[in-house]
Amino acid sequence: MNKLDTKFGDFGGMYVPELLIPALDQLEQAFLDAKEDPAFNEEFLSLLKDYAGRPTSMTLTRNLVSNPKVKLYLKREDLLHGGAHKTNQVLGQALLTKRMGKTEVIAETGAGQHGVATALACALLGLKARIYMGAKDVERQSPNVFRMRLMGATVIPVDSGSGTLKDAVNEAMRDWSANYETAHYLLGTAAGPHPFPTIVREYHRMIGEETRRQIMEKEGRLPDAVVACVGGGSNAIGMFADFIDEPSVKLIGVEPAGKGIHTKEHGATICKGSKGILHGAFTFIMQDEVGQIEESYSVSAGLDYPAVGPQHAYLHDIGRAEYFAVTDTEALNAFQLLAKKEGIIPALESSHALAHAINMAEEAEDDSIIVVNLSGRGDKDLSHVINILGDSI
Amino acid sequence: MGHSKFDGTGRYSKMFAQLEAKNEGAFIPFVMIGDPDKETSLDIIRTLVKAGADGLELGIPYSDPIADGPTIQKASIRALNNGIKPQDCMDIIAEIRKEFADIPIGLLLYSNLVLARGMNTFYAEAESAGVDSILIADVPIREVAPFAQIASAHNIQQILIAPPNASDETLASLGELSTGYTYLLGRAGVTGTETEVDIPASALINKLDAYGVAPPVLGFGISKPAQVQAAIDAGAAGAISGSATVNIIEANIDNKEALTEALSDFVKTMKSATKRA
Repeated sequence: MNKLDTKFGDFGGMYVPELLIPALDQLEQAFLDAKEDPAFNEEFLSLLKDYAGRPTSMTLTRNLVSNPKVKLYLKREDLLHGGAHKTNQVLGQALLTKRMGKTEVIAETGAGQHGVATALACALLGLKARIYMGAKDVERQSPNVFRMRLMGATVIPVDSGSGTLKDAVNEAMRDWSANYETAHYLLGTAAGPHPFPTIVREYHRMIGEETRRQIMEKEGRLPDAVVACVGGGSNAIGMFADFIDEPSVKLIGVEPAGKGIHTKEHGATICKGSKGILHGAFTFIMQDEVGQIEESYSVSAGLDYPAVGPQHAYLHDIGRAEYFAVTDTEALNAFQLLAKKEGIIPALESSHALAHAINMAEEAEDDSIIVVNLSGRGDKDLSHVINILGDSI
Repeated sequence: MGHSKFDGTGRYSKMFAQLEAKNEGAFIPFVMIGDPDKETSLDIIRTLVKAGADGLELGIPYSDPIADGPTIQKASIRALNNGIKPQDCMDIIAEIRKEFADIPIGLLLYSNLVLARGMNTFYAEAESAGVDSILIADVPIREVAPFAQIASAHNIQQILIAPPNASDETLASLGELSTGYTYLLGRAGVTGTETEVDIPASALINKLDAYGVAPPVLGFGISKPAQVQAAIDAGAAGAISGSATVNIIEANIDNKEALTEALSDFVKTMKSATKRA
């Protein structure tokens, strides 16, 4: 039986083949043991500080918002080694891998950011990484494929199904069912079966903890809202975790509306999906009327996933967090705006959160402090954005 | 082989009792319903029964089958591309049940198809189509309670999996909850003939028996008569062969006559290996 709660209300659980239950139990136990082990915590903290560059800065935007009543801050996960928040929890899970005596790491990646983070952690800690990536994504994201290979990881293109992230997850789970004795599945977001949503949240919760400390230092009070983009939901849950019990702080998640949530081309699972089971968890998913999983779509590969972390489904269900959807076009506008006004190129994922936060800021009638989790930097997106915007910039 | 707890009136109990009287184990082929299309699929299933299959294990095609290897994934895709819906699968089962009153029919599928239909409705429809058992590949013992409860209300036996790495805790739960038969995994990994079955030691099968687990039928990586024979010799109540059966469909997809003959030969050969020494 499990030592931790496996569900958030009705959401979450362990909907996996029986074979994987012992591996998930072993992971839960290792996570709990590590939490009580000062040596583990010391190593994790020292990697976060000296290798990855924590704490990350908190930047007050100077020119982005015209409403004088609003202070809009950016939590600068884009400055973390690897270029996104992903490095936090990957270091934690890589240390757990070693703790369990496993030598290999299996991971999935969509755009390649989680793959790159996994590859760097495995290079550093002497683990052998194999990373499943949809065949279409391998083509679209060749610089990240090269980065992963450069750092010693094996990248395995996945042809089955639609050849994108969900199929890469399927393939990683299949690999894990055959090799759990030697390999750890280093899942890249706060989704999947228990204990992944809990572990990934706990290994990202410093994002919110630092935000609290930094905003108290600068403003002497908590923010009115924290805003983060939600694909699987790892950066958002990392930002939210420390504020869930602070009712004065609004928790705002921003999903990809793609070409519009009235179309079929989006990835807004909470705003527009329905309840079901995908990749081990009961949550909101994109499915047809008989339960076949549908393809998601977003200009941002990191948000292009037809399910969402179960804790987000729960926070939505109980009304503690609010979820909105932002289109490709709105995200691309915010992407350019931050570059022009503040000299920061955000990831397309984070641009979704930013777009919504700018709207909130412009509409605010009272004095407010808003913090956006700028979860990643946009260098990886440049060729994609050049293709879309061309010479219009 | 005394599974007194399971001496009931259900089709599985009857099948195991009859086979035991003949000193045989069960051979149960698996195919994906609707692969490659509705009509051919009906003929395929008829062929399996006529060639001597003791029971049937039938899949409902699903977009994201995480417990399946490439062969069964492709079968799903073929069926889905031909527009096969879960309702079509129920219709096909009902047709087969009309023609073959006694053969145990098991459904093998993924949880989201059950949820999308509504759990109660799904089991009710399966019952009226003539399904005897349901195995949900991504519902482990730990999540099975609500499914098992509805199953029992609809006279359907919820099939559980005994993995090769089963802890004593898992075996005890199996003893308490298993009905119909127990799907004993011959190895780790996903379905497919790429990796061969490891025949479990008789010790494991005796242990299952000691815990009062429903009759174990060995699956995963079984494609040869010798493997069936070895499974029966080790004390298994039967063997399931999925990917090997589906491979025959894939290889003969353009020639119905050759397909029928090859499937028929395969089932006969595998069945002939179920005699106990």
